[in-house]
Amino acid sequence: MENHTTTDPGVAQRYRVCAVEEIAENGGVLADLGHREVGVFKHKGRLYAYDNRCIHQGGPVCSGELLGATKLELDEGKQARREILDEDEMRLVCPWHGWEFDLLSGQAAHDRRYRLRRFNVTVEDGVVYVDA
Amino acid sequence: MSTDTILQARVLPNRRQDHYLVNAEREAQQRGLFDVPIVDCDSHCYETVCFPEIVAYIESPNVRRSFQFTSLESIQANLIPQNLGDRNVGGRLHPGGGYGAQEGAYPLDERGANLHPVAATTLRSMDALAIDYTILFPTPMLNIGLHPDYDMQNELTWAFNRWLVEDVIPNDDRLLSMPLLPIHDPEQCLRHIQAFSGRPGVVGFMVTCLQYQPLHRNVYMKVFDALNERGLPLAFHSAPNWTERPFAVLDSFLGAHALGFPFYAMVHMTNVVLSGLPERFPNIKWMFMEAGQAWVPFTIARLDNEYKQRSSEAPLLKRLPGEYIRDFYFTTQPFESHDRASDTRAMIDMMNGSQTLLYASDYPHQDFDTPAAIWDQPRFTEEERRAIVGGNAMKLFELSSPPAGVSAHATGARDAEDVR
Repeated sequence: MENHTTTDPGVAQRYRVCAVEEIAENGGVLADLGHREVGVFKHKGRLYAYDNRCIHQGGPVCSGELLGATKLELDEGKQARREILDEDEMRLVCPWHGWEFDLLSGQAAHDRRYRLRRFNVTVEDGVVYVDA
Repeated sequence: MSTDTILQARVLPNRRQDHYLVNAEREAQQRGLFDVPIVDCDSHCYETVCFPEIVAYIESPNVRRSFQFTSLESIQANLIPQNLGDRNVGGRLHPGGGYGAQEGAYPLDERGANLHPVAATTLRSMDALAIDYTILFPTPMLNIGLHPDYDMQNELTWAFNRWLVEDVIPNDDRLLSMPLLPIHDPEQCLRHIQAFSGRPGVVGFMVTCLQYQPLHRNVYMKVFDALNERGLPLAFHSAPNWTERPFAVLDSFLGAHALGFPFYAMVHMTNVVLSGLPERFPNIKWMFMEAGQAWVPFTIARLDNEYKQRSSEAPLLKRLPGEYIRDFYFTTQPFESHDRASDTRAMIDMMNGSQTLLYASDYPHQDFDTPAAIWDQPRFTEEERRAIVGGNAMKLFELSSPPAGVSAHATGARDAEDVR
């Protein structure tokens, strides 16, 4: 069994989500668990699972875009040269108001004190499970 | 954790919920907001697809022909003033649930039996947001105040108001309107006030995108007098315009949007107060929309300070400027909730917000606020929450209590299959 995260130990129920190959790299699925929805995302082969509720106004954050962080590259003279989307730093973007969250930590990009609720996600025999 | 029983999750296609406001609906239920009267003082329709209906009300044959012989896309691009800026931040935002090829498009609900699609769409979002009444405003037509051809402004404003008041608002008692006033033309304004005040659902009038008209000039007094006679609210709806000189220096829509809304609200509110319009027309309820709140305490402090030194320049005033402003009404969206709740509390106290703030969603625009944005403010009392989300508006617009069971939730008529 491959354990991708170990957080939120208070949860009590395990859910079978889908086959791991159904989750595309830099993509995700949204799983309805009955009492809540959880988004499961894959980046560089690792899985991350978050509550589908934005900490801003409760938007369906896991329905949002998964994009590299916008970076502005400066040259040696501190002049702006170009913007890039840095896929080494993936962001989950709430479709309601655009709050961006670091995919790996769930922390808000604009203020690391805020973070999405994260769930334990594992892969066993090619099947993705979420504890929530 | 127990793994004895493993349950099967349901994977939602394309990571989409049943409709765009599922979470808002759940949160409203959790907070008991379906039992709280909520008045949304600023929501919007996307009227573009309805232009064939609106055009039928244009009185000038040549203006009407311009619209009849232009595609809907070109109408929006070429016949109505534009407001530059990518609202959706490169496809990151999906206002109103527009996820498909028409990114940002707000899908109209065509399935509402015997309802105009705009009314049906609005009522569905109201049901999800636990809103009892909404005051409906346009989207592209908000920019009509920017059109350089005043005759075109007159024609379109008249046509839009007729369409809204005659075709959309009468669909349901929960739909309200404040028809647009073409303020550049006082005679036309009088025509609108005479034609639309007293019509079902009309609760006041609104001026959109006011920028350069000096409201203190005598030519406008007949408009204010007509509103004063009727005791009607007059609202000013701001809009940012990135292409204007003060904002064109900014390198992002973020900056233009943040400053553009309060900028003109500040200018015209200052003119209203210093020219003594509240003293001349005491029955008008002055209302400023979609500019947030933080600018109000700032303006009060600036004007009061200056007035104490130069009161002879504002001879009609009998009180400090800030005292008039504290009697004005302000819509809440976008609600500028500070990181420290005590700062939010102080901001509201400085502007007398408990008495004068009016909840507004701005839905389905990209920076909409759910009622919970107000309801969850930790330093607001229960009484204040109720006042801001609905009570203040109920008094201002003299609304009756929401009809019992009007919400689909109350009747249990709605199910997951019946939503977008």
